[in-house]
Amino acid sequence: MIQISPHAEAALTCTLDERSLYLRRLVLGSVRSAGRGHVGPALSLIEMVRVLYDDVLRIDPKNPRDPNRDRAILSKGHGCLALYALLADRGFFPLSELDGFCGSDSILGGHPEYGMVPGVEASTGALGHGLSIGVGLALAARMHERSYRTFVLLGDGEINEGSVWEAAMGAAKHGLDNLVAMIDYNKLQSYGPTDYVLPLEPLADKWRSFGFAVQEVNGHDVGALRTVLKQVPAVAGKPTAIICHTVKGKGLPPAESNADWHHKNKLSDSELDAIRVAVGDF
Amino acid sequence: MRNTAMNMVHKLAARDERVLYIGSDPGAGTLRAMSKEFPKRHLIEGISEAHIIGMSAGLAMEGFVPYVNTIATFLTRRCYEQVAVDLCLHNLPVRLIANGGGLVYAPLGPTHQAIEDIAIMRALPNMTVICPCDADEAARMMEKTLDWTGPIYIRLGKGGDAVVSKAEHGFEIGKAILMRPPGDVLMVTTGIMLQRALAAADLLAAQGIRAGILHMHTVKPLDTEALLQAIRGVKLLATLEEHVPSGGLGSAVAETLIDKLGSGLPPMLRLSLPDRFMHNYGSQDSLLKKHGLSAAAIATSIERAHAASHTPSPQLHST
Repeated sequence: MIQISPHAEAALTCTLDERSLYLRRLVLGSVRSAGRGHVGPALSLIEMVRVLYDDVLRIDPKNPRDPNRDRAILSKGHGCLALYALLADRGFFPLSELDGFCGSDSILGGHPEYGMVPGVEASTGALGHGLSIGVGLALAARMHERSYRTFVLLGDGEINEGSVWEAAMGAAKHGLDNLVAMIDYNKLQSYGPTDYVLPLEPLADKWRSFGFAVQEVNGHDVGALRTVLKQVPAVAGKPTAIICHTVKGKGLPPAESNADWHHKNKLSDSELDAIRVAVGDF
Repeated sequence: MRNTAMNMVHKLAARDERVLYIGSDPGAGTLRAMSKEFPKRHLIEGISEAHIIGMSAGLAMEGFVPYVNTIATFLTRRCYEQVAVDLCLHNLPVRLIANGGGLVYAPLGPTHQAIEDIAIMRALPNMTVICPCDADEAARMMEKTLDWTGPIYIRLGKGGDAVVSKAEHGFEIGKAILMRPPGDVLMVTTGIMLQRALAAADLLAAQGIRAGILHMHTVKPLDTEALLQAIRGVKLLATLEEHVPSGGLGSAVAETLIDKLGSGLPPMLRLSLPDRFMHNYGSQDSLLKKHGLSAAAIATSIERAHAASHTPSPQLHST
């Protein structure tokens, strides 16, 4: 019998502050404008991305190619609405771009593209690529004697991909303690529960056995995320894996833990009403 | 050819700090001298091609020029999505050095025979595809890879292939080499089919048929100008490749001619492997012979096609 992590329980019950609600309004506004978007995967990810961009990453939106900047890769590219909201809010591009999501002339596609979106470090969308790219970036930092860190955000469904575990072995081989893998463990992938599709447990033990220092956290607890992320590397000489227990669709009751909201097309009037009740007018 | 290409990685690494060698699980001692001289830039990363391509992309994003090396089938089929997305979509200067292009690994069976690699690599936007013919050309080619923008797929032959290229030919990526001036026939070759074409041309000459040879070491970007120049006045154009008929050199040449000429194409003979996996072993040479790609069989096929090209074609009449 698998024990439910207290972090997972906390993720289900914790409340969201005004900034988290604001970021959800940005995400859902994009979905409303475009008539489409991966809602659930973005809403589970928001606090992870928020804490990274607000409190952790050494980055300057005015100098997005600074060689000493920290690198962050959204390997689960379908969660891009959360990333776009943060990048726009931090000034990498105007907030008005969010309304053009998936439009024919927009810089913001359904998966993030390097070279199109300021602040996006790698084109992702095909799953299982980001951690290997992150290993390359982290190894390059060491070879160039630079102090930047590399953060890679992975989905739980994504880590079905064998290439993720190839990358994990590579990161451990090189002792890349400047590399952090953050797993958005919302326990629900496109078809249904991760436990049904391809069980991941014991997930922390898996990452540990692959040579990572592992931390677990409620992925919607901004304070806890801050604490964990400020302490990386968790162990010197090892890459860090932070398992962020989250809720798919967090903050929007009809979407929470509901696979039907993995990807959403046009929002109905009743859904728009539910969104207003949950996150405020948008 | 393989040893030469490998040693060139070492030489380039000595000149340029950006150069890395990344192998999966190559043969014992591969680039041992480089591993001693530049241990941090000689990376052996395990049988994990998908990861290695992604990692190379990350390193290239930070200014390195990784030369990734393993067996051709594993560098193409195994990690195609990584090659497409991580390398080609980002247009990164990663070089894929593919050991055993074509039927080099004939005795090891179809899992190790790279017979569609040119097609699938050529299909990717931003990818460059090069098939050198011998060790000397491989050395000249490697020099040119250092500063080329974007990814390159390098299809290597077996090693020990007769050296037929000459220093005076030089080497420019995307520039074909006219090995023999066109006569009635023009053969277009890539990789080690050049040696066979040269021998076939001698056999044809003995039959009174003058056959030119255009060596298309770079299949993508194809040297359209050289091709259009060389086919002027020829009565038969033959393409020769150690590859399935779909998507390789013959396809590239045909596509180019259709795009550029529209009509008035010369009669064309595409000599290639058949559209099937090889279920025979033996050697590269024996399999090529079995599939009509020995010099003698090439000459015979061309002679027949040349004769047929002289007979009037049936005319279509409108009523």
